[in-house]
Amino acid sequence: MDLTPHLPALQVIVPMLFSPLVLLLKPRGLAWAGATAVALLSFAIALNMAIAVADGAHFKYDMGGWEAPYGIELSVGAFSALLLLIVTGAAAAALLASRPSVDRQIELERQPLFYSAWLLALAGLVGIVVSADAFNIFVFMEISSLASYVLIAGGPDRRALPAVFKYLIMGTIGATFYLIGVGLVYMMTGTLNLADMAARIGGVTDINPLLVAAGFITIGLALKAAVFPLHVWVPNAYAHAPHMVTVFLAACATKVAIYVLIRFDFWVFQANLEQHALQFSLFLMPLALLGILVASAVAVFEGHIKRLLAMSSVAQIGYIVLGASFVTESGLTAASSHMFNHALAKGGLFLAIAGLGYHYRDLSLAQLAGAARNMPWTAAAMVICGFSLIGIPGTAGFISKWLLINAALDEGRLAWVLVAIILVSSLMALAYVWRIIETLYFKTPVDEEAVHGEAPLQLLLVTWLVAIANIFFGLFPQFPLALSSAAAQLLLRQTL
Amino acid sequence: MIIIFALFLLSLLVITALAIVRTKNLFVAVMLTSIFSLLMAANFFILDAADVALTEAAVGAGITTVIFLSALALTVEREKKVRSGRRLAMVVVAILATIMIYATFDKPRLGDPEAPVHQHLAPWYLENTPVLMDFPNVVTAVLGSFRGYDTLGEVFVVFAASIGVLFILGVKPPEGSSYDPEASGLRHHLIPQVVGRLLIPFIVLFGLYVQFHGEYGPGGGFQAGALIASGVILYALLEGEAAALRAVPQSVLMGLVIGGACLYGAVGIVCVLLGGNFLEYSVLASDPAKGQQLGILLIEAGVGMAVCGALLTIFHAFAARPMRS
Repeated sequence: MDLTPHLPALQVIVPMLFSPLVLLLKPRGLAWAGATAVALLSFAIALNMAIAVADGAHFKYDMGGWEAPYGIELSVGAFSALLLLIVTGAAAAALLASRPSVDRQIELERQPLFYSAWLLALAGLVGIVVSADAFNIFVFMEISSLASYVLIAGGPDRRALPAVFKYLIMGTIGATFYLIGVGLVYMMTGTLNLADMAARIGGVTDINPLLVAAGFITIGLALKAAVFPLHVWVPNAYAHAPHMVTVFLAACATKVAIYVLIRFDFWVFQANLEQHALQFSLFLMPLALLGILVASAVAVFEGHIKRLLAMSSVAQIGYIVLGASFVTESGLTAASSHMFNHALAKGGLFLAIAGLGYHYRDLSLAQLAGAARNMPWTAAAMVICGFSLIGIPGTAGFISKWLLINAALDEGRLAWVLVAIILVSSLMALAYVWRIIETLYFKTPVDEEAVHGEAPLQLLLVTWLVAIANIFFGLFPQFPLALSSAAAQLLLRQTL
Repeated sequence: MIIIFALFLLSLLVITALAIVRTKNLFVAVMLTSIFSLLMAANFFILDAADVALTEAAVGAGITTVIFLSALALTVEREKKVRSGRRLAMVVVAILATIMIYATFDKPRLGDPEAPVHQHLAPWYLENTPVLMDFPNVVTAVLGSFRGYDTLGEVFVVFAASIGVLFILGVKPPEGSSYDPEASGLRHHLIPQVVGRLLIPFIVLFGLYVQFHGEYGPGGGFQAGALIASGVILYALLEGEAAALRAVPQSVLMGLVIGGACLYGAVGIVCVLLGGNFLEYSVLASDPAKGQQLGILLIEAGVGMAVCGALLTIFHAFAARPMRS
């Protein structure tokens, strides 16, 4: 039978239904193998859909056979296809590389639970991305959040527990705000399907509840997306999570929240509320700019490598939000392509850090001095991904920064301020990446006697795969770019 | 009359909420949250949402309270002094409340038949449920079939919670812990034991009734699972943790959780294999209405198993931790 029409459903169902089954895989290593196979299968499904979407296809799926708005609709267009690639790709790469690191950090008898939670987090994130129904998005937000709290709390580091508690409180507030907003829109339109909402909001005369709804939804999702200044949960959550969990979540979790924010806003509110585009820009652009500057500055002075890169993530989220806040096709193209490229760069960096973490218990920069002597391959991969993060030509990061500057130039009188801020923050990125390189290559080791080996081969291979992908997509950016610009057009046409 | 009663309940709700914020004693706070849930259940009932009321009473007032108490047994009863933020939090909450109240000025009147929510989807559901599924309870039809995918998601939320608790609390208790599984329970208290023992069979029976009667009256897998779990928890409280685990061992509980979630998913997959969409129960039998009934019966069974197993797993994970000395 032909499974192609079922792909959007299978994307979610495959990881979701396998997650309880992974619990049964008790013998050593089997849970890892099962989870990795499922993640790879999910990636294959996403790739399949992305290729079809790049050729102009648009997937729609009626859950339970009930047509929207009576049932729940799934929809995969260019924007969702791009996000699906990021999420499943990050999960597959991280799981593929995870075994040596997870074996060190998580006891054997708890590993089936760990991998089961991982698949749930994956299912939750892809479930959000494919859904075209406001309440269904909330349900999958709950699944992905609960599972990621579990993953972050899982490591041997006890400091993860207070970090995760903070994340839990903030995440719950964010999700509740989103739900309040959806409730208000439902009250005024009587529907939960996004396309149907957009169609019916036009006819609503008392728009105050809708304005409040737009506010709650924007702030709730901004909290989940760690938009400055709502990012306070990020540094510790990333720093104390098991290394492989950081790889997975840093590459995609906050991006999915931004995706919902952008999609909800453009599809439901932009065309229907007067002057909404202006308010959207006025609210998000200053936050994005502040976030870019402040978070980059904090990263320059941060002494712990994982927290440093977590702060850098907050700045990068600023770039994505900045692109979206232009409300232009070029801005949205830059934003979506930066989602893809940042996932590559940050994923690669955290993979390399997982390699360092295999030998170094303490990941503060002071302890990592001279690490490149023992681990030349890990350090080299880190340099490549670091260049991509800065936006050096020839790497993926360059492409989206270039697009972002181009988009900023269309902003009239503001253009030079925006370009200046992007350039200054790129210099700050150069500064903090250089601090890492300097530490790894040019500082003398704290403990001259200690000779560490290279990172485990499995981990190293995946790290290099991602590092090479950073160069590959810097030289041949056509495929993600095609998806990004199609996504931008889709967002501005406000069609699902 | 009903308005007065609703106003009375809502003001009690506000008073309880304020009391929860004010109290420094966590035991008192837990008891108050239980009262809050009970009041909330009454409110849902006034709004004719009997299904939700049932769930809120069983989960919110019953099981959550027991789990909170088990968690309190592991920590201390007094809240730590909070250094900052309480006043700021109050200000933020006040502002948010004002904004939300402002938003409700434009909301349709309660029960207004002209309100958008009563004009758009609801009439379609009311009209088509008897035709498409041949049973009267529209809530079950919406939860089980029209929005069955959401319900599947909620089952996995419960599943995520249970593996989370197992993963975080499931580590072995530290050496020299003061926990004696045989000593717990209320075995030496005659009256609670006699009364409790009488209650257990009725609770479980009522749970089964709610499970299988969901198509005709309020009920379904969530409520039934929670009710049956509360029966077993009552048994654990009376006879001790170890006795409850002998009656329903941990492996059975995990089997219920995994089996329930997989049963639900398997129904969806079978629908795909028979040529329908995922969770399109109509293809399960030659008569679409019979197929819908069969599908809903099966997935509700899955929900009931998963919820019951997950709640008991969470309870045992807390109860099996060593008590603080």
